[in-house]
Amino acid sequence: MLSFISYLLSGISLGAVYAIIALGYTMVYGIAKMLNFAHGDILMVGGYAAFLAFNQAGLPIPVATLIAVIVCTLLGVLIERVAYKPLRTANSLSVLITAIGVSYFLENLAQLIFSANPKSFTTFVPFEPLKLAGGQLTISATTIVTIIVCFIIVEVLVTFINKTKAGQAMLAVSEDRGAATLMGVNVNGTISLTFAIGSALAAIGGILLCSAYPTLTPTTGAMPGIKAFVAAVLGGIGSIPGAFIGGIILGILENLSKAYISSKLSDAIVFSVLIIVLLVKPTGILGKKIMEKV
Amino acid sequence: MKKVLSAVLAASMVASLAACGSSSSGSASTTAAAAAETTAAASDAGAASASGATWKIGLQGPLTGGAAVYGTAVVRGAEIALDEINAAGGINGAQVEYKEADDEHDQEKAVNAYNSLKDWGMQIMIGPTTSMPTIAVGAESEKDNLFTITPSGSAVDCTVPKNIYRVCFSDPAQGTKSAQYIGEHKVATKIGIIYDSSDVYSSGIHDSFVADAANYGLEIVADEQFTADSKTDFSTQLQKMQDAGAELVFLPFYYTEAALVLTQANTMGFKPIFFGCDGLDGILNVENFDASLAEGTMLLTPFAADATDDLTVKFVSAYKDKYNEVPVQFAADSYDAAYIVKAAVEAANATPDMSVDELGTALEGAMSSVKYDGLTGVGMTWNETGDVDKEPKAVVIKDGAYVSAD
Amino acid sequence: MGKNKLSKKNFLQSDACTYLMVILAYLIVEIFVRSGHISSLMKGILVPLCTYSIMAVSLNLVVGISGELSLGHAGFMCLGAFSSALWSNLMEDKMPAGVSFLIAIFIGACVAAVFGFLIGIPVLRLKGDYLAIVTLAFGEIIKNLINALYFGIDSNGLHFSLKDSLSLGLEKGVKPIINGAQGITGTPKMSNFTIGVVLLLLTLFIVLNLIHSRTGRAIMAIRDNRIAAESIGLDVTKYKLLAFTISAAIAGVGGVLYAHNLSSLQALPKNFGYNQSIMILVFVVMGGIGNIRGSVISAVILTLLPEVLRSLNNYRMLMYSIVLIFMMLFTSAPAFIQYRQKLTQVFRKRKTDEDGKEEA
Repeated sequence: MLSFISYLLSGISLGAVYAIIALGYTMVYGIAKMLNFAHGDILMVGGYAAFLAFNQAGLPIPVATLIAVIVCTLLGVLIERVAYKPLRTANSLSVLITAIGVSYFLENLAQLIFSANPKSFTTFVPFEPLKLAGGQLTISATTIVTIIVCFIIVEVLVTFINKTKAGQAMLAVSEDRGAATLMGVNVNGTISLTFAIGSALAAIGGILLCSAYPTLTPTTGAMPGIKAFVAAVLGGIGSIPGAFIGGIILGILENLSKAYISSKLSDAIVFSVLIIVLLVKPTGILGKKIMEKV
Repeated sequence: MKKVLSAVLAASMVASLAACGSSSSGSASTTAAAAAETTAAASDAGAASASGATWKIGLQGPLTGGAAVYGTAVVRGAEIALDEINAAGGINGAQVEYKEADDEHDQEKAVNAYNSLKDWGMQIMIGPTTSMPTIAVGAESEKDNLFTITPSGSAVDCTVPKNIYRVCFSDPAQGTKSAQYIGEHKVATKIGIIYDSSDVYSSGIHDSFVADAANYGLEIVADEQFTADSKTDFSTQLQKMQDAGAELVFLPFYYTEAALVLTQANTMGFKPIFFGCDGLDGILNVENFDASLAEGTMLLTPFAADATDDLTVKFVSAYKDKYNEVPVQFAADSYDAAYIVKAAVEAANATPDMSVDELGTALEGAMSSVKYDGLTGVGMTWNETGDVDKEPKAVVIKDGAYVSAD
Repeated sequence: MGKNKLSKKNFLQSDACTYLMVILAYLIVEIFVRSGHISSLMKGILVPLCTYSIMAVSLNLVVGISGELSLGHAGFMCLGAFSSALWSNLMEDKMPAGVSFLIAIFIGACVAAVFGFLIGIPVLRLKGDYLAIVTLAFGEIIKNLINALYFGIDSNGLHFSLKDSLSLGLEKGVKPIINGAQGITGTPKMSNFTIGVVLLLLTLFIVLNLIHSRTGRAIMAIRDNRIAAESIGLDVTKYKLLAFTISAAIAGVGGVLYAHNLSSLQALPKNFGYNQSIMILVFVVMGGIGNIRGSVISAVILTLLPEVLRSLNNYRMLMYSIVLIFMMLFTSAPAFIQYRQKLTQVFRKRKTDEDGKEEA
């Protein structure tokens, strides 16, 4: 029983990281209607920025975090301007391809700058792990912080979207871009803002990912990026609570199948569950059902 | 909308056609240029480097992508050795030219990389770095009989072609030697294993370790895997090790992942003996890694960067000066590979004007008589299949440094 | 009606142009090869060029003609590669190599088609990005399972395992054929440029004929307006499934070509993972969605590009990604297209002016 709980907890911890990354994915998808394959690489850049600020320059943790967030935000907006904006009215697949190009670009640039050698990331959560049940059950501080941060982000985002003007503009753009333009919503500005928020989240996700799993390489973001994408779809892409739920479920699933079925086939199992969920509920767990108009 | 779309499509078609036109001429010109190079450098056996008295040695490994760290180390290690050789007057009086090619740790790209080196006029190859590319390239280079020494292609099949030799141990040899060491030195009896089931190196060592474990009185209490797609979280596998009461956890994979395993085990409060193979070397040099986490970790490796013998000290300081990094075993293997090439060429009394095929035959003949003392072993000799015979060294990490375990 | 005939003539011309392009390219390259004026690099990359052209055409059938986004195409390639390599390994020395290879191609296509069909049944109910993620998931599952598969034959018959090579329980001295992550080694090298081009032409023939057939028009009608197509009584599932299965079969053939060009076959993330699927999608989008000839051209250009860039050493992949972004912007961004159109207009005008002057 104790071991089950600890498998579950490490699953939740992994899931919370996926969830934060998935939030960025899902926001960008909901508003810009594009799969931003470079999201995982922005996360990696966030990791490096935090690493440089904290470990090399010796800045305090909050400052380092802030620097990483700023770097990623600027990067996200820049990428949007240069690579995605010119294609806004083109075929949606074209943007997918430039996103892949951007992803390659960031990975290779990082390799040239930082070399392929892994860097060991000092955790940004330097607290003692929580020990329960007479020390038999340990919950790392990173896990707790990740989950709390994840909750806060979801809350803030939901409030932001529902209560502020900019948030409402986002909602409007995601519902119907044409109508939003007619109603005087600054669509380009809204999309840029979305990228800024998504990238800032990626920076936080990167820091938490690297705090929990502390090696940093130019390809660090690739696999968590894809997993987060899967999580976003699982939860219903475009839905913020969906991304959260999808991430947590994915993390738990991955760890439990590793623990009880086969650590070799855990990816196959996770993906199978995804397929089954989508077949039963084709728009994900919290996805909206879109009625087709004739 | 439809009109716009069709216009877009038509335009893109025109563009792609235009691109086609330019590309066909482009590729034709590259072909022609390459052909010209080919005739000049004469990669086709026959008249190899009629131009002159330099050796052309090709270096190959993944220089981009997820495995770039290994390929980069191999290229750099060989560069250091070849520069030293050039400074000391070259091989048999002729200077050495070298060129690296990126194979991205992919079989197909590996063949492309090999061919591009051939076009450049390569006579001898140091590489490829990883096993699968080595096998793929082997099938091609065997036809050319191009003498190849892979620093680190450790799968058994790598050395099947007669022209391929290697510096490192084969995977099964490492697995067996690890089991033997643990058993004979009574390090532990209850063994847990974590390995990368999607990786040839890791699963190769694992298979032979498991096969031989019982012979040395070892009991495998937990046997867990991970794959290239899920290598961020090891807590589940470690938890299983802990639950099964493993006294020693065998980690036959690379230090990049091992650094994570050690950190996570520490967070969990799980403290068995960790035992690794040569892939684990380098863990202390991961930038910013807390070396105290690796305290007591044992590894069977032919190379340790902080060994105090003259050769290692010289190599490590040269490497640090040039690349601002501490070399790992990959770099040491390829450094040795360069000197082994030198030894073989000298033993065969070969000259740079020999054709690739002649050179291959001569060097393969000479390899059986080469005995080499290097960074990764003393008294290395090679058998018919191209496998090396040398003693592995067991080291243990104490106070953030390697100490001989014997 | 008349307009219809015209368009028919047009696309026949366009098809002929496509075949001609491939044949011409083949002849030119053959001349270079025969006369020895070709670099080893170019010679080595000829078969991969055919493989990726076939893959691009096959994916275009799904993405362009059927209008579904699939991100798991490398999975079918993987199936074709492994099934055919397994056959070739079993049949080596038991059968003439040529015959064995023909059967291998057939097996690769069939296995991929069967899986395409089975996967297609549930998957094609989904749409858009959801379909994309499910196909991606299937691709990854296939790769994951093959990486975990052990298979061998001894005098006791066939042995399968998903655990490790020891649990196969093979007799001493018998090596497993599929050895988990270590894959299959020692596949005979049967692929060559001529076979590659023949298979590419065959692929083009099948796909182009399908497009112009009644079936093909039905598939495109469903793509353009599913509800309208349904209302006139088209069996949506049947046609979608048909396109998907044929596409999978062709991808399987691409896999056969791939497997028989290399002596070692292993399901790495690089060659059979989602990265590869996306790369093939890049070929399709860059060549123009639904444009078969474009797929072939862009597959060739984009496969050659990283090799041509080798002289840049460390900056090679960085340059490649920049070129990729700019090519995409250049071919698809509305602003660029307008700019280009303006340029061509200016150019044309100047030309007519000059013509006028000459006449005068």
